[in-house]
This record gives sequence, structure tokens and C-alpha cells, in this order.
Amino acid sequence: MTITHHPSEELLFDYGAGALSEAWSLAVSTHLALCPQCRHDVDDVEALGGELLEGLAPVPVSRSAYDDVIARLDSEDAPEQPTARVPGHVLPQPLRGYLGSDADGLDWQRLGLGAHHILIPTGDTGITARLLRIPAGRPVPTHTHGGLELTLVLSGAFSDATGHFGRGDLQEADETLEHQPHATPGEDCICLAITDAPLRFSSFAARLVQPLLGI
Amino acid sequence: MSLAVPPVRVGRRAVALRRALPMTVADESIPDEMTRLLGAVARDRDRVAFQALFEHFAPRVKAFILRQGTDPGMAEEVVQETMVNVWRKAAQFDPAKASASTWIFKIARNLRIDLLRKAYRPEPDMNDPAMVGDPEPMADDVVSRRQHAGHLRVALATLPAEQQQVLQLAFFREKAHAQVADELGLPLGTVKSRIRLALARLRSELGEFE
Repeated sequence: MTITHHPSEELLFDYGAGALSEAWSLAVSTHLALCPQCRHDVDDVEALGGELLEGLAPVPVSRSAYDDVIARLDSEDAPEQPTARVPGHVLPQPLRGYLGSDADGLDWQRLGLGAHHILIPTGDTGITARLLRIPAGRPVPTHTHGGLELTLVLSGAFSDATGHFGRGDLQEADETLEHQPHATPGEDCICLAITDAPLRFSSFAARLVQPLLGI
Repeated sequence: MSLAVPPVRVGRRAVALRRALPMTVADESIPDEMTRLLGAVARDRDRVAFQALFEHFAPRVKAFILRQGTDPGMAEEVVQETMVNVWRKAAQFDPAKASASTWIFKIARNLRIDLLRKAYRPEPDMNDPAMVGDPEPMADDVVSRRQHAGHLRVALATLPAEQQQVLQLAFFREKAHAQVADELGLPLGTVKSRIRLALARLRSELGEFE
């Protein structure tokens, strides 16, 4: 697996600095699970955070702070151990935890045109996170975006005029992109899609059914 | 520094220098000493090492949290929670991957999101079998990362003020690119290029040429 489409520097930086909200972070961090190169870039951002922390002029803590912390250590002195590994998954963490299941145990909702989805609740209002399943070889109607859309491929693949997207690839689309993604034949395309505004379908027919599709 | 804990010898030279120099160009040996101490906590559950870490980092984490405009009582709570987590999670610290200050920054950042923003931060799970591991060559890079940590600190202190300003808004006030642009009344592209320049400077100090 070679990932060719990565999150922008901007997204990786905001994630590393702790400034990216939950829904966008879900797409970025799930990409990170599949992409050592971007993890490395986030490590650099975090190293910068560490140096900024190191350089701050210290502010005295309360007199009892140290004793309070020690009292808590004494009451719960069981260090956290790394958790045990379990057999392979299609959906990496943290996404799998949000869905409560791997790809084969999901409760898909029909979306029309053969597509299915699962809405993923997050703490972000006004941002929609969903897992999408587009049937192998089928197109999604041509659309533009009212805002930002992040699409992370988890299995199968899709293509549009901007390129081919396979497992781990992340597409960052904004108002300027009009595209018609096609799922690659052979395997359904499962992807995580985060949007902060409804899609704008270009054809009248697709716009007519949009309220029914709920997308 | 006024702290309620008795002073701990971290190494005489390091302590003396820390008092003598401005914080932005502190002695380069202190961060390495902190990384060693954190290793001792991880390995031996060493309370003396933990006390030295507390003395160094608790007041910095407090400064970090206060930068956001948090009230001091709440900041104190985040500091204590951070230090408890340093103890609890120490076994997960890998000195080959990060310095103590980077690792503690990550804990404080996550607790700030959790306790102050009351939000959840999704993160990859390093033990997840679905996780794609690091390729071998990254080991070299780790060595240079550690060797250059001191240079990095000096480089940060000498960044142009406009780059420092955007970094501080991002790291200390949790402003994403677009919010930094709003706050400073700058085009988004300007904010992006300032952050990109700061990161490029950092990477060249780390010996990474991309």
C-alpha cells in the first residue's frame, strides 16, 4: 500500500498543536494510523510544542501541589501498561472505536443509488462525520462542496479528475472542487467523510433526491 | 522559582545554569537530564526523579495553561492531572522517539482539550494491529532529533517575531490556522506561510532536509 494523498501541512499542524476540532481530527488521526510519514510530520510539530513549553517562564504552583499529586500516586500505584494486540482489522483506531465494530459488523443505513452510510456522532456541532460505502464501479453524482470535505479511503478505492485514492489516501476538497468520484471496480469503496456543509449536487435530478438521501 | 518541594539535585551545573540564564536559551543539558529522569520513572518508578521532573515541568505546564486565559485554580487542576499522568503513563515513554518536554507537552495538550474544552481528541492507538508501523530508516533521524534538540531551542528564540506570534496563538491558545488569521486580521495564506517557515527552520535544525 502506497499512500499518495496526504492531509495538508495545515491540518497536520493544527492537529499536532491541539487546535483541530474532533470531527476533523478523527479523519486526520485515522490517516495517521495508516501513514508513518505523516506521523513523523506531526512528531515535528509536537517537538516544537515541547520546545515552546520548555521555554516558558515558570509560574509557581500552589504549595500543596506536589503533596497532592504524591497522595494520588500512593492511592493508585498501578502503572498503565500497553494494551494487548488483537487480530487484524480493516478499520484502524481511533475510527473503529467510534463505530464500535470493524467493517464486517456494521449496521449500514441505505442512502440510495446502492450507497450506504453510517453517521458518526462527535462533539462538533455543524460538522458531519459519516462512514460511506459506495458500490464497486459506481459513481457518486457530480457535486461541489459548500465548505470543506475530508474523505479518507479505508477499503476499495475511488477516482476522480484529481487522481486515484486507495486505502489511507485522504482527499481534502473545498468550494473550488467539482468532482464526480467513481468507486473502482472489484471492491466496494468504504471511506470516512467529514463535511461542514451539505454537498451541492450539480444535476437537477440529484438535487431533487438529496433530501431523501440525507447527504 | 518558588516551589513547596525541597530542592532536588538534578546535577549541580544544570541547576546553577538554569537560574543564571534567560529561559529561552537555557542550558542544553537540562532537557537531556529531564529525559533521563523520565526514563528512571518509567523503569524504576523512581520518586526522586519524579520530584525533579515535577519541579521542572509543573510550573511550565501551569504557564502553558494560563496562556489560554484559564483561571489559576483550573490551571492548577490541569497541572496536577498532567503530573499524575506523567507518573501513570511513564511506561509508554520512549526516549528514542521524543524528549521529555515533547512527551509532557502532549499530555498537557490532551488534558487541556479534555478538561478545559470538554472535548475529545481522537488519536491513533500505537498498539492497534491495524496500525501501519514505521519503516526502518527512521532510526537515523531519531538520533539527529536528539542531537539537535539544543539547537532547536536557540532557533526558536531567534525566529522572527511574526512567526513566534502565530506559533504562540496556535500552541498556547488552541487557534487553528483560520482562527489565527481572523484574530490577527491577516490573509490565511500569510498565516500558512509563517507557520511553514517556522517549521522549515525547525526541520533544518533537526537535520532533516526535505
